[in-house]
Amino acid sequence: MPQVTMAAALNEALRYSMRNDPHVIILGEDVGKLGGVFRITDKLQEEFGEERVLDTPLAESGIVGSAIGMAMYGLRPVCEMQFDGFTYPAFEQIVSHLAKYGFRSRGRMRLPIVVRIPYGGGIGAVEHHSESLEAYFTHTAGLKVVTPSTPSDAFSLLVRSIEDPDPVIFLEPKRRYWIREDVDLKPNGLPIGKAAIRNEGTDVTLITYGPSVRTCQEAVEEAAADGVSIELIDLRTLVPLDLDTIMASVRKTGRAVVVHEAQVTGGFGGEIAARIMEDDFLSLQAPVIRVGGFDIPYPPAKLEDVHLPDLDRVLDAVDKVLNY
Amino acid sequence: MEGRRGIVDPSSVPTETIQLLKPDGTLVPDTGYEADLKKDDLLEIYRYMALARRADLEGTNLQRQGELGVYTPLIGQEAAQVGTGYALDEGDWIFPSYREMALAMMRKIDPVDILHLFRGTWHGGMWDPKEHRFAMYSVPIATQALHAAGFAIAAKLDGAKTVALGCFGDGATSEGDFHEAMNFAGVWQAPVVFLCQNNQYAISLPLSKQTAAPTIAVKAIGYGFPGVRVDGNDVLACYVVAQEAVRRAREGNGPTLIEAVTFRIGPHSTADDPTRYRTQDEMDHWGALDPISRFSKYLELEGIITDEFKQKVDDEAKELATHIRAEIVGAGPRPAHELFEFVYSEPSDILRREEWLLYEELAGRDEEGD
Repeated sequence: MPQVTMAAALNEALRYSMRNDPHVIILGEDVGKLGGVFRITDKLQEEFGEERVLDTPLAESGIVGSAIGMAMYGLRPVCEMQFDGFTYPAFEQIVSHLAKYGFRSRGRMRLPIVVRIPYGGGIGAVEHHSESLEAYFTHTAGLKVVTPSTPSDAFSLLVRSIEDPDPVIFLEPKRRYWIREDVDLKPNGLPIGKAAIRNEGTDVTLITYGPSVRTCQEAVEEAAADGVSIELIDLRTLVPLDLDTIMASVRKTGRAVVVHEAQVTGGFGGEIAARIMEDDFLSLQAPVIRVGGFDIPYPPAKLEDVHLPDLDRVLDAVDKVLNY
Repeated sequence: MEGRRGIVDPSSVPTETIQLLKPDGTLVPDTGYEADLKKDDLLEIYRYMALARRADLEGTNLQRQGELGVYTPLIGQEAAQVGTGYALDEGDWIFPSYREMALAMMRKIDPVDILHLFRGTWHGGMWDPKEHRFAMYSVPIATQALHAAGFAIAAKLDGAKTVALGCFGDGATSEGDFHEAMNFAGVWQAPVVFLCQNNQYAISLPLSKQTAAPTIAVKAIGYGFPGVRVDGNDVLACYVVAQEAVRRAREGNGPTLIEAVTFRIGPHSTADDPTRYRTQDEMDHWGALDPISRFSKYLELEGIITDEFKQKVDDEAKELATHIRAEIVGAGPRPAHELFEFVYSEPSDILRREEWLLYEELAGRDEEGD
């Protein structure tokens, strides 16, 4: 099987979707000739033309707002936000219209739009290029929020997201764009809203997604060397949440740690922790611990390694729930 | 005009306003415009304006009587809406703000379905946007201008002849989305007509505090397409100007920004008090420019309208008001489960749980009630 990067998988997912459905169009800044700053739309304009791969003026609200009009016409737009930190100008269109149109129109006007956002840190970028903004969107009813961690998931979930009748915020972990996997890229039926168990274990459930999956995999290996068996869950989708998979695991292990890059306060980890406690408090043998970034604006590149949850921070949390 | 070369002087930008009908109902000579309207069209335009005013009045009355939470009256802006709306084809789409009652009625939307929004029955309104080609009311300012631009871009890419009308007020021109919509539409030469109903006030703020530009219409120059300033209380002028803009859009010649200069006779919404920010002189001035009486005078002078027709429209307006009142007064809430039904195309497990929780709460309430 060929070695494929996540970037290439996403590119292939877009190509597959555009070949499959003439209503799919791409719009964003520099998505045409340049192929996007991360080359996710590489060569798509070459194949599908300027009428399906639209280089837009530099205006994020314009991209999402006009995509809404395009979807109302009958297209299935895929918007690219160039970087996480540039999504904020589009926030009103996302929150006030994209998320709510289906509800406001009593289901008569669904907006099948995907907003792709390269997100998260760890690539040594300048400010405004490393934001973890998932909690803004998980807190907005009406949006689905997807964040893959592997090339094959990225491919399947993006294809699914484009097919989905509802708006999807598709968060692409930048620092995993260049990881490789042996995989044949074809739709595998993976639905939105289904978590993956990356490692089966019996002592602790480690729950994470997107950029932090790799760190947690290292933690699994490291802990195994010390005789600790970690069950690793990769959520893949934050909304809708696969609570069944989480709870089945927590009932087995009795302990849970949630890991993400975003700051802990108001982060999605708090949501997971609360859901676990509400659903089956008595299965817990220790409090659920959240591991995240600090409650600070994303730090300068030279200091991001002290901010991002690393192997040690994750293992410390695992120790804490084990020794509670 | 005296500025140095290479400098665009705002005072050199044309600011004339197109008018066909004088306030006394006589025609302005030699405008270069002629409305291609037959007698039936003229009477239909009168009818739409009169019915919209009656429905609108009913909205205000119902709010005053506590039947609606709030209402945003359009009184004074009937000509701007009906004149523009009359230039559209049935298949064209309208992207309204929250003050487009007349345009909605031209799209066969029952005013009741709009008033349900203000009653708190359902956000966005109760109509089907696809059936009426009339998007949901948009409360965030200027955002719908982008929807209109995007829709028009899609129509152009599709090779369709559909035109989008994006409606907003003068306050909206201060928002970023106004700029982005104009810019997108200009770049793609999209078949969109932007209708700015400049009713002089954004809630309490006059236009002079909204922009330093000599007019709103001149803003179009910066986006590379025509802007036109029209007497918004002159329904014939609004019609011919919109007709030209729609034709330009449909023929592939891109967008137009229309500034319909008008006046909101009522408050911004029933929650504000215009006497705090407007003078009596101003009210008297604009009151004398009322769009319906001006058009009515014209129709009388031309011998087009009869007392009988006026009476017929009046009767229809009364019937409409009775219908609105009968449907709105005491209208209860929608079934509560609908709150979960429309968030996504399929409710998530968590939503289903919450729906069940509500179901139990409501069942408990019923038992207590017994």
